[in-house]
Amino acid sequence: MNVTRREFMVGAAGLTFSVLLESCASFRPEEKLVSKQINAWASIATDGTIFIVNPAVEMGQGSMTAIPRIIAEEMDADWSRVVIVPAAPDDKVYGNPGFRGLMYTAGSATVTGYWDIVRTFGAQVRRVLMENAARIWNVPLAELGTEPSTVVHAKSGRRMSYGEIAAVAQLPAVAPAIKPEELKKPEQYRLIGKDVMRVELPSKVNGTALYSIDVQLPGMLYGAILRGPVEGTSPLAIDDARARAIPGVVAIVRMPFGVGVIAETPWAAFGAKDALKVSWDRRARAFGHDSDRAVGVYAAAARDLTRAGKPWDSAGDAPAAMRTAAKVYEAEYICDYTYHAQMEPLNSVASVSPAGDACEIWCGTQSQTMAVAAVAKALGIAPEKVKLNLTLLGGGFGRRGHRDEEFVVDSVLLSKEVKRPVKVLWTREDDVKNGRFRPLSVHYLRAGLDGSGRIVAWQHRVACDEITAFQDPVRYKGGGERDFLAMAGSELRTYDIANRLSEQLPQQTGIRTSSLRGIGFGPNKFATEAFLDEIAARHGLDPVDLRLQLLKNTPRGQAVVREVVAMSDYRRPRPGRGLGFSFIDYSGTMVAAVAEASVDKRSGAIKVHDFWLALDCGIAVHPDNVVAQTESSIIYGLGLTLTERISFKDGAVQQSNIRDYGVPRIHDIPELHIKLVSTPNRPTGAGQMATPIVAPAISAAVFAASGARVRHTPFLPERVLTALA
Amino acid sequence: MAIDFSVNGRPVTSAAPEGTPLLWVLREELKLTGTKYGCGAGQCGACMVHIEGGRTFSCLTPVASVAGKSVTTIEGLSPGRFNALQRAWLAESVPQCGYCQSGQLMSAAALLAENPHPTREQIKDHMSTNVCRCGTYPRIVRAIERAAKEG
Repeated sequence: MNVTRREFMVGAAGLTFSVLLESCASFRPEEKLVSKQINAWASIATDGTIFIVNPAVEMGQGSMTAIPRIIAEEMDADWSRVVIVPAAPDDKVYGNPGFRGLMYTAGSATVTGYWDIVRTFGAQVRRVLMENAARIWNVPLAELGTEPSTVVHAKSGRRMSYGEIAAVAQLPAVAPAIKPEELKKPEQYRLIGKDVMRVELPSKVNGTALYSIDVQLPGMLYGAILRGPVEGTSPLAIDDARARAIPGVVAIVRMPFGVGVIAETPWAAFGAKDALKVSWDRRARAFGHDSDRAVGVYAAAARDLTRAGKPWDSAGDAPAAMRTAAKVYEAEYICDYTYHAQMEPLNSVASVSPAGDACEIWCGTQSQTMAVAAVAKALGIAPEKVKLNLTLLGGGFGRRGHRDEEFVVDSVLLSKEVKRPVKVLWTREDDVKNGRFRPLSVHYLRAGLDGSGRIVAWQHRVACDEITAFQDPVRYKGGGERDFLAMAGSELRTYDIANRLSEQLPQQTGIRTSSLRGIGFGPNKFATEAFLDEIAARHGLDPVDLRLQLLKNTPRGQAVVREVVAMSDYRRPRPGRGLGFSFIDYSGTMVAAVAEASVDKRSGAIKVHDFWLALDCGIAVHPDNVVAQTESSIIYGLGLTLTERISFKDGAVQQSNIRDYGVPRIHDIPELHIKLVSTPNRPTGAGQMATPIVAPAISAAVFAASGARVRHTPFLPERVLTALA
Repeated sequence: MAIDFSVNGRPVTSAAPEGTPLLWVLREELKLTGTKYGCGAGQCGACMVHIEGGRTFSCLTPVASVAGKSVTTIEGLSPGRFNALQRAWLAESVPQCGYCQSGQLMSAAALLAENPHPTREQIKDHMSTNVCRCGTYPRIVRAIERAAKEG
């Protein structure tokens, strides 16, 4: 593809999305032509249409709108003329600096990770447009300003639209340098900090939004795969006589990890999959895993201080400080396995060329480049031979960003087999049974207090299945073999505790594990914050005052605490109910919450009536969407706290669908009261920050209401009854 | 044996076996993909359609049972323009991932058809058939209340 820089930038009349995309894909940063980098992110057509690239995937969190809004802000673009273009899979151009240059939409890291580079790109485009106007009008650059999509020379009253400039623009050989102080100040923002309708929203109220499950191709067949009950097993004997007899079945394929069925219709594929009889190789590690038994094994490991853990975070000398502390408290917390339950069961569509040397895929992945790489590897071809068509994602929550992208490779393997396009559909049962889960974790915590009641020593030992090594061996090896997906959140850097140690006792179970909304923060913040609430109660301290004391070096933390105390009228007693307070610092986003709950002491049922939450994520690019994401992450946390659990017998998942897993429904939701505490700080994450605070806030509320300490999520009624007894 | 029925006012014919869930006929045979597969067991409501005006889980409905009947999907809810409910959905920015929203809208439309001014409790009761994993529930309640008021 040989597009001159000027055609590329200006967007001549014939410029199409495909040309733009191919140009981006063929762009090689090693050419070091910085001016092209402007073009790879934005392009202006002579009619004034502005194409802006979205490097992230859209799974409901709003990045598809937020990142282009930030670029448009610095360009001073007229938002109504912006058209958003998906980025080609190219880490070098579009990778998230927050993930060391990986195109990966996860971790609430999109706005915060791209914040600096996309603002700079936007400002460079604006500068080039102004330089062109200065040249055309023969006036100094310093006399020019911009209004949306227009360069203005106030002195002479002259104005030129971006489209008009694009028609005659000359591009500099090197992109203009933009100093950080030349970027807009928050008070100059026209778009950032203002609410706007997310760009894809209209398509989501009339059925036209396209998810990969919706893709239809001429000649397409349907695939279903019976996977082994555990990771790493493979079929021994396959009896497919009944399956083959089903009309419409085209092929039945032995795969390393299961048996694939290809059929003319989805119902034939599902029927044939159900009719298979397969015996499995029992040598895989996870066979025999029993989650109830595992709790005891993990707890023994966590409590056995003679067993060295794998250090995650430390400061000072926690064991020594513990030995000299005036008072030591200890407690144990447990979190069951949990499941993503994204609404769209996993699926993908692939069309492999008859020779097997090229492939086109349609999928909803959290990482465009991981998907392309996994497909290329599966076919033994170059990544350039894989064409990705990224669709919307029917929920992600961490399930769709594994390095092996197994649900994408599924359709590729079956398409290769039959040399026709294939849509592979996972049933909901497949999605549960072959799920990859937030691990079972047992937390053993000790805290040492000095004579004045200050916490001077803190130790947190986490025994859990490993996540990162399974989910992403590349990042695991590249990141010093630290299991950050499991351990994140066990560090307490915001709190003023001089001697701290958190360590992992990794459990090699062979169970399929995954990041899940909130990653390690979910279980680890439950343990640490619930423990602080216990320490406060046992030592006669006020839970809010204790946190304010620990936050003495963190004014932004104190501010959200004070805010939520005021919002919830925390000091007013609620007869028959309890209030539970909690605070977390989630990667720089400050969150404080109060839950109001009551407990039915006969049944053990918990009812959460109200939930107040104050959050400071710095500059909120799209404030109403931050609120929406906070509502969403509270409700997600509510399910993880009260009802959701996966259990295993002999390595196999015991649950099968939405109901027996237990996701929250509309009548389960408390009244939510959310306040954004807006500060002019660099944006931090907003997509999942409330999820981890829900369990500790509710556990504290349950204690306040009933005296019961529930230390095992989910807080099932029988667990509450046991705690009450 | 072909099964004749109507979808969104148009006559259609399905060649699928009688027991095939209407959901898959709509999606893969008739290419009306706005109706979604979520659980296949009547547990999530992503597949909600109207049959003769009443809301029904299309994943639990054998295609033969709709012979001669009229089916409405999200595509036929208000063709060509957004109705009051859809406008309310946009005004409240309800959808997140959006996958469940066709089913939510079909359920909500059935509610307002029966009961144009539901109480908040009636809304929650009625909508409890539909799961939204993104947790858009508070906004769904607000959007239905808004549509009832502005509709």
